[in-house]
Amino acid sequence: MGYFAKSPWVLHYDGSSCNGCDIEVLAALMPKYDIERFGIINTGNPKHADVFLITGSVNTQNIDVIKNIYNQMGEPKVVVAVGACACTGHFFAECYNTLGGVDKVIPVDVYAPGCACRPEAIIDAVVQGLGALEEKKKNIK
Amino acid sequence: MSAFSIVLIILFLILAPILGGFIAGVDRIITARMQGRVGPPVRQPFYDVLKLFGKENLVVNRFHVDYVACSLIFTVLAGAIFFGGANLLLAVFAMIVGGVFIVLAAYCTNSPYALIGAERELLQMLAAEPMILLAPVGLYMATGSFNVYEIAAAQHAPIFHLPGVYIALCYVFTIKLRKSPFDLSTSHHGHQELVKGLTTEFAGPSLAVFEITHWYETIFMLAMLFLFFGSHWFWGIIITVLVYLSEIFIDNINARIKWELMLASAWGITIILGVGNLLVLFFINKL
Repeated sequence: MGYFAKSPWVLHYDGSSCNGCDIEVLAALMPKYDIERFGIINTGNPKHADVFLITGSVNTQNIDVIKNIYNQMGEPKVVVAVGACACTGHFFAECYNTLGGVDKVIPVDVYAPGCACRPEAIIDAVVQGLGALEEKKKNIK
Repeated sequence: MSAFSIVLIILFLILAPILGGFIAGVDRIITARMQGRVGPPVRQPFYDVLKLFGKENLVVNRFHVDYVACSLIFTVLAGAIFFGGANLLLAVFAMIVGGVFIVLAAYCTNSPYALIGAERELLQMLAAEPMILLAPVGLYMATGSFNVYEIAAAQHAPIFHLPGVYIALCYVFTIKLRKSPFDLSTSHHGHQELVKGLTTEFAGPSLAVFEITHWYETIFMLAMLFLFFGSHWFWGIIITVLVYLSEIFIDNINARIKWELMLASAWGITIILGVGNLLVLFFINKL
């Protein structure tokens, strides 16, 4: 196991989420789940981050923001779609201003379903993302 | 240069980052325990740095990498001068130059967050450096030498002459470590309003070098605090460890303050405890 799997720094972006998934992401950082045990840190900075956690669906307002953040992240990077909205657009999928899931804009590596997504599911998704991260690191070399 | 000083310099070059990273790891564990969490393993800072070296270095200015490298070089030089037993004042100056290069590295990126961070780092240096410069002067007055080995060999520990200088140096030590309540230039967590300020535009290897520089700097500052105990190294180690533990404690119970208060309090303490102590020492020596 490489060092990427031991120190994944997460960037959390709230697309157009109802905050349900955001609260669960923050819950994962709190004492009960304490994801810092695995070296996971919540950075607010795309240049420092390895894992891009997105909650909420993509709409015409945030599409540029998501693309911008994704492009600012250094390689290797992994995108995790957290919650039903980020995976597929959920019940906002048919809205006039909604494009659907995050994979409509940027490549998504791991999908974590749920409404709201459970903290256990988020941790599991990030851990699965680490595999993809190591894989990408190998491909760069 | 004696063989002893060369050995000590080599030991510093190898052990300082290891010890610095270990201190950072212990720091994170104690912080986590204070917050009711388990915390990462002690080796976590090393994992972070090794990972950062594997990441892509996104550089927005062609001088950026040079500035970051110069910062490391001058900070290491400061430590080498110190452990080589040369002039203490020169070591302090070299460390300040290292700090200036980090500010330049942040300025050259032109990012708003980095600019605010760089300006605040300059203010932090303005607050902390007068006391750090006064400390060697105090050590000279107490022991009659700027030479690190001669100060370290002092039979009568300089701290008995310089209690005020020591306390004031501990105060500005918090500013140099960029710990709360003085984490103005690099917000302690990346998701806060300043987005790490000084290091916002540092990606991958640049950030790794910045971390290593910080480890060297921490060891240098701790060594300077240790020097106040002269040849009483046993008490020196115990009290230096206690000082660092209290820094972690202070870090966890304080919110960030405004720069005005930082500057006023740091200079106030420097003038009252630092300069005051030196004045008293001067008159005692005259009598």
